[in-house]
This record gives sequence, structure tokens and C-alpha cells, in this order.
Amino acid sequence: MAHGPAKGFTRWLYTTNHKDIGSMYLWFSFAMFLLGGVFALVIRAELFEPGLQIVEPGFFNQMTTMHGLVMVFGAVMPAFVGLANWMIPMMVGAPDMALPRMNNWSFWILPFAFAMMVATLFMEGGGPNFGWTFYAPLSTTYAPPSVTFFIFAVHIMGASSIMGSINIIATILNMRAPGMTLMKMPLFVWTWLITAYLLIAVMPVLAGVVTMMLMDIHFGTSFFDAAGGGDPVLFQHVFWFFGHPEVYIMILPAFGIVSAIIPTFARKPLFGYSSMVYATASIAFLSFIVWAHHMFTVGMPIAGELFFMYATMLIAVPTGVKVFNWVTTMFRGAMTFETPMLFSIAFVILFTIGGFSGLMLAIAPADFQYHDTYFVVAHFHYVLVPGAIFSITAGVYYWLPKWCGNMYNETMGKTQFWMAFIGLNLTFFPMHFVGLAGMQRRVPDYNQFFADFNMISSCGAFLFGAAQIMLLYNVISTIRGGKKATDEVWENPEGLEWTVASPAPYHTFSTPPAVK
Amino acid sequence: MTKRFWQDNSTPLLCVKLGAIVVMMFAFAIFIMPPLYDLFCDITGLNGKTGGPFVTGNAENELGVDTSRTVKVQFLATNNENMPWEFRPQIKTITVHPGEPTVVNYLAVNNTRFDMVAQAVPSLVPFKAANYFHKTECFCFNQQPLAAGESAELGLSFIVDVDIPKNINTITLSYTLFDITESQKKKTTLNVINSHQQLAVNQL
Repeated sequence: MAHGPAKGFTRWLYTTNHKDIGSMYLWFSFAMFLLGGVFALVIRAELFEPGLQIVEPGFFNQMTTMHGLVMVFGAVMPAFVGLANWMIPMMVGAPDMALPRMNNWSFWILPFAFAMMVATLFMEGGGPNFGWTFYAPLSTTYAPPSVTFFIFAVHIMGASSIMGSINIIATILNMRAPGMTLMKMPLFVWTWLITAYLLIAVMPVLAGVVTMMLMDIHFGTSFFDAAGGGDPVLFQHVFWFFGHPEVYIMILPAFGIVSAIIPTFARKPLFGYSSMVYATASIAFLSFIVWAHHMFTVGMPIAGELFFMYATMLIAVPTGVKVFNWVTTMFRGAMTFETPMLFSIAFVILFTIGGFSGLMLAIAPADFQYHDTYFVVAHFHYVLVPGAIFSITAGVYYWLPKWCGNMYNETMGKTQFWMAFIGLNLTFFPMHFVGLAGMQRRVPDYNQFFADFNMISSCGAFLFGAAQIMLLYNVISTIRGGKKATDEVWENPEGLEWTVASPAPYHTFSTPPAVK
Repeated sequence: MTKRFWQDNSTPLLCVKLGAIVVMMFAFAIFIMPPLYDLFCDITGLNGKTGGPFVTGNAENELGVDTSRTVKVQFLATNNENMPWEFRPQIKTITVHPGEPTVVNYLAVNNTRFDMVAQAVPSLVPFKAANYFHKTECFCFNQQPLAAGESAELGLSFIVDVDIPKNINTITLSYTLFDITESQKKKTTLNVINSHQQLAVNQL
């Protein structure tokens, strides 16, 4: 049995081990997170004061675009796939993923996709400058020549996500240990199962929309060109048909992580397990019928505006169920506040704030005022940063002792949490105010009277960035040494992953575990 | 090798099914969504897209003319981005009775030193009126090639439907003129390449 990892670089290149691949995904995503963070800091440095001082407006546009693309496709999605790779086989009692070789491939095409996408910044005409939503005709008629590389990079990322999702679904449906019924699965597994189905349904639509762009640019079709009988608004419909489920792809696994952490540190079982499952499924279903709320201002019939407004507001119901369940889990629990719990509680509070500003944006008549302002930026950063980033950070702190066998430095973890928490709120809370006052997004300059709030935002952004360096340091020093973690790590945590040794052996559950 | 305890045999089938969903959704995005969107716009009049050539029934009087009311039709002309042509309606407003066939003209002048091709794209407000505004003839149904310095009168014949809702008293019809010289060249090149290939295939 005792058959360890191979030595040298080829271990990582040829590996089919879910733990190795999970680690590579996580490291890759952290590298992309830092890169996307640098892009964000360029934006915030330029916006520190009104007027143009640091970068050219054209380069500023490339920074806003690349920040969005790198964070969505490079940081958040691979981080969740990495966690899925590490944890799902251990949570369902499987020895590995169902399709280990495809797993290797779906990881290894990602660095090439991002190398290509980031390389466009150095090409003639610069990189993508049309915003991460790449609306036609900005991304077709007026795009820099490098757009073709961007399209190809998106195709590869899509292929990677689709292969990853097929793998995850096959693992969850076919490789659970005997006795592990669907309704006994940990919520992280459930939310990932639903997320994987969302990915399979919408990543091909993204591939389709970039393919149509490619044909418009190079092969003389007119999908989005009015002169040839097409319609640029069609682009927005197809894009957001992908884009709205995509935002739930970036948040559902986060729900799963938080649902694992809160019961551990509240020392109570999760309240309302089955309602959590049904709420996740309803959110996934609703995500397909609300896309046009991103485009209330394109000139829709009133019936359309009303339908998308009400459908969007309906999402608040299952989301409210979830928030209620987390709060109720904590209610009268014997709570302690280790770093993962701090991040999870911040998740619940800040994600709810983001949800509320989402409800404000869902009101169609009010959205005409908010559209394309910093209020929108504040909203989606409040759901994505404390939503996706905080939950991933919480998950890393929570499972890191299981992965490497050492405890992380709790003081440093808590310091990082408070830096990130304060930095995040300093950065994004003032954006609500400047947005309501009419400051437009994606513009490198602004009116003098937004100056103070923008300066606060920029200071907060640098503080938030510094906190991430501390995370990196903490993770590396934990891997290299530190207090040994017990097999259970925490006090009576629930789940099969805590029944194996710490650090988790290279191969786990070669024989099925007994599931109660 | 340890005995496999999971139901491995069903994995290939599952992957094929999931792969089929992927292919289906890709095809849905490219082949179904655009026509579906056009159909939707057609039904609702969304985006003010007016339909193709309207064919009146065999008896022209069948529609009748509703002389009891009038509808004001306004004409607009816009040049898209760098389109250099002079492009304007010869009359800005006309008042018609529903059911009455009307002819108006637009004027286009290619005042550049190059031969160019243009395409006019119509849009009509209010959207609700789009399905009650019938064009029997329109320059927007065709591309407009004009040689350098040439000018042309572009004709438009239309009938406002007698069934037009009572609350619509004004219809604004706008044409945006697009320069499609470049894309026409591209298409021609493509056709030339295609016919060459066809030729090569035939010679085999």
C-alpha cells in the first residue's frame, strides 16, 4: 500500500492524485488572486485623487477588464475547484476523483489559458479593454486585435471548467461510500453538485457567445452587428444568460464551506439541513430566469421589466432561508472565534449587506439611476469579496491543518482577518455613497466632490492587499512547520475528512469507511 | 489492487450524458438563441424592428381607408459613427389616414471620392406600433451602392394598419445608415475563396 508521491517536477505534471491537483488549483488561484489584486491596486491608485496621474485611460480600461476576468475565472472559480478536489473525495469516502486523468488535464490547460490572456497586455493595441462583460460592439467592432487571443483563452477556461464539473458530478453520484445517501452528504458536496450542473449548463453558452464574437470579427457574420441585421442587445441577453448563473457558481460553494464551519465552532449541528439543500436548488433554478435584471436599461417592454424584477426579488427568499439557518445554528451555541469562524461570521453579515443592495438594484425603476455606477460596484464586491473570497479563506484556515498536519498561527490569522475586514469595508462601503451620488464605474477620472470617499476606498484597498500577503506568509509557514494538529483538529467536527490522519495520507479511503 | 467498491461501471454513461448536455447548450447558444431573439422581437415589436416587405391582400380595398382618424408619421435619419454620406428624409413629417398607401423619399449623397455600399437599418417607436406599420417597398430591404459623388432618391412606401390602437397618434420612424463597404469586400473575398475551393474540388 504505502505508495507515496513521485519525486521531482513530473510528480506535479503527471499526477492524477486529487490532493495534488487540489493543491495545484489552490496555488494557481492564489497566484491569480495576487495578480488580479495588483490590477485592482493600479485602479485604486489611479482613483486615489481626481484627475489623471498614474496610468493612461486606455490602460486603465485594460486594468478594469483584466481585474474582473482574472478574479472571476482565475481566482474564485479555480479556488473552489481546488477545494472540491481536495475535500469532495474525502467527504464522501471515495479514494479519488472519478476521472483522475481528466482531472490532471482540466488543471493543466488553465495556466496556458491565463498565460495567453495576460500576454495580450503586451501585444500591439493592448489587452482587452471592454470590461469583463465584453459587450459587443466594444469587443467586436472596436476591440483591440488581441481580442482573438482573449476569445481562445475563454474557450480553454470553459473547457477546463466543464471537464472539472463532469468529474465532480461523476465523483459525487458514483463514488460515495456505501451508506452515504444523498441527504447524508455534507452541504459542501451538495452545493458543489448543484454548482457543477450550473457550470455544465452555462459554460457552453459562454463558449457560444465568444464563438459568435469570433465569427463576427473574422468570418463576416452579423450576430451582433446591426448593419448586417444583427443586434448588439442579443449579445447582452446571451452573455447574461451565462453571466447570472455564473455569479451563483461563485457563491454556492461558499455557502457549502460556511455551512461546514459554523456548526463546528458553534458546537451545534447545522440547523435546517434539508431546507439548505432545497434553498440551494431553488437558487440554482431561479438563476436561469433573472438574467435581464443586468440590462433593465436596454429598453425592455414593461412586462419584461416587471417579470425580471419580481423573479429577482424571489431569490431573496431561499437566500433568506440560508441566512436564517446560519444564524439559528449559532443561536445559543457554545461559540468560539477561531479564524475560520471569524471569516464565516463576517461572511454572513457582509454577504447579507450585499444581498440587500442587490434587492435595491432589483427594483427596475430605481435601477435606471444605479445602472453603471459605483453602487453596482459596491454591491457585487460586497457579495463576491466577503462571499467568495472570505469563504475560501475560511475554508483554507479550516482545512489547512488537515492538509499539512500543522496548526496555523492563530494570532496571525486573527490579525489577517481584522485587516481584511476593515480593509474591505473601507474600500467598498464608501462606494455605495459615491455610486448613489452618480459616480460612474470604469472611468479613470471623477468629479472633485467624490474625492474624499475615493481616497478612503484606495487606502482600504491597500490595507486589504496587505492582509493577503499575511495569508500567504501564514500558509507557507504552516506548511513548513508549527504545532502538530490532531486528527480531529477541531472539537468534534462533523465529517469523514476528520476521521483520517493529519496530514491526510496521500491515499485515503482505499477501503470504504463505515457511514453511520 | 484493492477491490473497487463504487459503482464504476456507470461512470462512462454518465459522462456521455453530461457531455451531451454540454453540446446541446452550446448549440442552443449559437443556433437557437439568436433566431429565438429575432422571433421574440418580431412578435413584441421590441427594438422597433419593422418586418420585411408587406404584401397586401388580392383586393386592395379590403383594408379600406379609415378617414375618421389621422396618424402623424415622423421621419428621422442618422449616420452611424463615421458614415460620411449626406442622408436625410425629403419631408420630415406626414399626416396619413390608416390604410392609405403613402410614398415618401429619402435622399442619400455619397460626397466622398470612393465607391461605397451602405445599409439602412430601421427602428420605430412606439414599439407597440411596429406590427401596425407595413412597408410595401423600402430601400432598407436592399443594400445601397453609390459611386463616388453619386446621389440617389431612396423610396419608401408604407401603409399604416387600420387596426392600429387608438392611443397611437404619432409614429416615429428612424433609419440609421451603416457603412458596409468593408464587410462587403470581406464577403466577396470569402465567396471568391469558396468558389476557388469549389473549382479545385470539381477538378478532382
